[in-house]
Amino acid sequence: MARDLQINSEEGTVSSLRIVLGVGRTPAGHGGTRPRPRAAAVMAAMVCASVLAGCGDSGSSDSKDGPKKSNDRGPITLATGKDTTGTLQGQLDRWNKQHPAEKVTLVELPESADQQRQQFIQNAQTKSDAYSVLNLDPIWVAEFAANQWIDELPAKEFPLGKMIPAVVKTGNYFGRQYAIPFNTNAGLLFYRTDLLDKIGAQPPTTWAEMKQDCAKVRGLPEGKGIGCYAGQFDKYEGLTVNFSEAVASAGGSVVDAKGKATVDTEAAKKGLQFLVDGFKDGTIPQQAATYQEEDGRRAFQAGKLLFHRQWPYQWTLANAKDGSSKVAGKFGVAPLPGLTGPGRSSLGGLDLAISKFAKHKATALDFIKFFSNEENARTNLKVTSAAPPYTDLYDDPALRKQFPYLDTLKQSLASATPRPVVVHYGDATAAIQESAAAALSGSKPVDSALADMQKNLSAAIAEK
Amino acid sequence: MTVIASTPGRTAPASRPPRTSRRAGTGRLAAALLSPTLLVLALVIGYPVVAALRLSFQVSTEGIDPRTGFVATTSHYGMGNYATVFTDDRLLRPWWNTTSFALASVSLEVLIGVSMALVMHRAFRGRALVRAAVLVPWAIPTAISGMLWKWIFNSQGVANELLGTQVLWSSEGFHAWLSVVIADTWKTAPFIGLLVLAGLQIIPGELYEAARVDGASAWRVFWRITLPLVRPALVVAVLFRLLDVLRMFDLPYVLVGPRKHSVETLSMIAFNEMTNLRFGSAAAYAAVLFVYIAVVALAFVKLFGADLLGRGTRSEP
Repeated sequence: MARDLQINSEEGTVSSLRIVLGVGRTPAGHGGTRPRPRAAAVMAAMVCASVLAGCGDSGSSDSKDGPKKSNDRGPITLATGKDTTGTLQGQLDRWNKQHPAEKVTLVELPESADQQRQQFIQNAQTKSDAYSVLNLDPIWVAEFAANQWIDELPAKEFPLGKMIPAVVKTGNYFGRQYAIPFNTNAGLLFYRTDLLDKIGAQPPTTWAEMKQDCAKVRGLPEGKGIGCYAGQFDKYEGLTVNFSEAVASAGGSVVDAKGKATVDTEAAKKGLQFLVDGFKDGTIPQQAATYQEEDGRRAFQAGKLLFHRQWPYQWTLANAKDGSSKVAGKFGVAPLPGLTGPGRSSLGGLDLAISKFAKHKATALDFIKFFSNEENARTNLKVTSAAPPYTDLYDDPALRKQFPYLDTLKQSLASATPRPVVVHYGDATAAIQESAAAALSGSKPVDSALADMQKNLSAAIAEK
Repeated sequence: MTVIASTPGRTAPASRPPRTSRRAGTGRLAAALLSPTLLVLALVIGYPVVAALRLSFQVSTEGIDPRTGFVATTSHYGMGNYATVFTDDRLLRPWWNTTSFALASVSLEVLIGVSMALVMHRAFRGRALVRAAVLVPWAIPTAISGMLWKWIFNSQGVANELLGTQVLWSSEGFHAWLSVVIADTWKTAPFIGLLVLAGLQIIPGELYEAARVDGASAWRVFWRITLPLVRPALVVAVLFRLLDVLRMFDLPYVLVGPRKHSVETLSMIAFNEMTNLRFGSAAAYAAVLFVYIAVVALAFVKLFGADLLGRGTRSEP
């Protein structure tokens, strides 16, 4: 019964939003067959929700202080995306055993990043203390910090010096540290060692080399008709990542250090031109215009791609010996290629922050220190293959043996660039995807696509 | 005997005053019994609609403090959100998508649904199995069927394999629009089929016998007997489907993806505004959609005379 009520209370708050937007089925749906007890439960849940929101307000005497000054200790929660690895609870149990009076409860949010963001925002707008520690995608840090939904953290109390600088920067907004890296991620160039060996080539460091290698491999009997290169080019966040990488790999930037849009530069043009030409001259297969991570992985595993820009997770899956991968043991990884030398990857990963509306912030701060420490990062790498933010773990011989790509990943991370730091990130990424997709499909020339992108991106940055 | 004795007493003029007061009492009782429902409806439907309308007039401006980087929001009430909705070039395409989805998929669904109903109405072996099988698509949640069709329309998927083509279904273009219409028709034709089947089952068999005696052709029987008599059920089914399709969100969102202009609907625009925290403008888009749906529904009811209140079948000249 308690469980039922919980579920309904969530539905209740969501359903009012749904009705507001006309999204999903309105209760009047099909012939009003909705049984009355359910409606009553929803109503009860809504009343509960409003009462709870009130509670959050009244108990906020502590929440005005940042975690720096707080001495407030007690039970807290960790709100994070669905734990697909099943290892989080074990780590929390270790903390809970040592801190019986300051237990951490795991709050699992949906797997999709967009839905996580919505839950976080709803939580912040009702000023609820339900989430204490938030596990944020780095692209949200600016938005959450600017809206004062998360507190500034005392950077000096964290071993940030031992972490990769670009990764530390993802938790930074306006020169203040709002979030601490939990893990990170960068793109790698997966390539077929068997085919490159046949033509006697090393993995390419420039786009031109890559195209030459493709031409040679396509001349081989076993390389006939193989797709040369693919990344994530469907119109979604992956396109923003791949476009930003192309621009950075040509020496440009999407948003400069001062926060100004810089996609009207010559470098940005060369970056986008590489992708557009790739689609035109067949370097990138036409199908790749709809690729997200998993589509590209299937193509690579089926042996249809020579080069593939992908996150490190593909390593284990493409090496599976159960017959699901035709390329097991036949591929390697290299840093991404660029215009005149090695390219630069975009950063992924997760950052930990403390909700402004949380209680017991001293505990929350201590918990982040524990949760993001090097020992836990090592365990996470071993068990879930999540890339750690700590530099020296990449040189650990035991870990390198287990994950042969670590050295390459370290190189990729060392030169990686964070995605644009924009408060209205949703609008910024939409502006990027809009113009990039138009250019890739050939419906807009590169110049005018970039001019539009510059205009819309600037508008998103300086919004209203 | 007691019945007969009491009946004249009740109809007698002398007992009229108590009878009316009793009726008034019944009315009050009915109102009292209904009031919890009305209260719930007012809370879960009335209030959100009013709140959304109020929100749609709230125009917010944001600025970022150059020293701290914090957002400062000021808001006032005005027509600004509606002005943006109607001057922005984003309205027309989603409006046309929404409308064209409604026209195309509802027409297809009516054709297929009515055929399904006619087949299911026949007596044959395995009829129960066919009825159950036809209902399966309707029973699958839309988001799940969106995922199913996403796999089918994948660039390396079954659709391309069967057709021997290399269509990139989820890229912008007519094919993306078509994939949504196909998936929607697949899912909801059974709904029309089922409602029409219910309508078919109340048509008396004598009418068909009479028609056969008169020597009417099968086509004439369908046109002159089946269709007119099944019309009330069909009109209600089509009205429901129209309302459903006009606020379609989940299928294009899951099947093709957000912000793909070929399939973006008005609901998706409102959702996009909301996820970017422009609640006022999201509410304005939703209000515009609300009015549009109301107008379409009203026009449809006026044109085809949907019998929504259960007054019974109207005989047409």
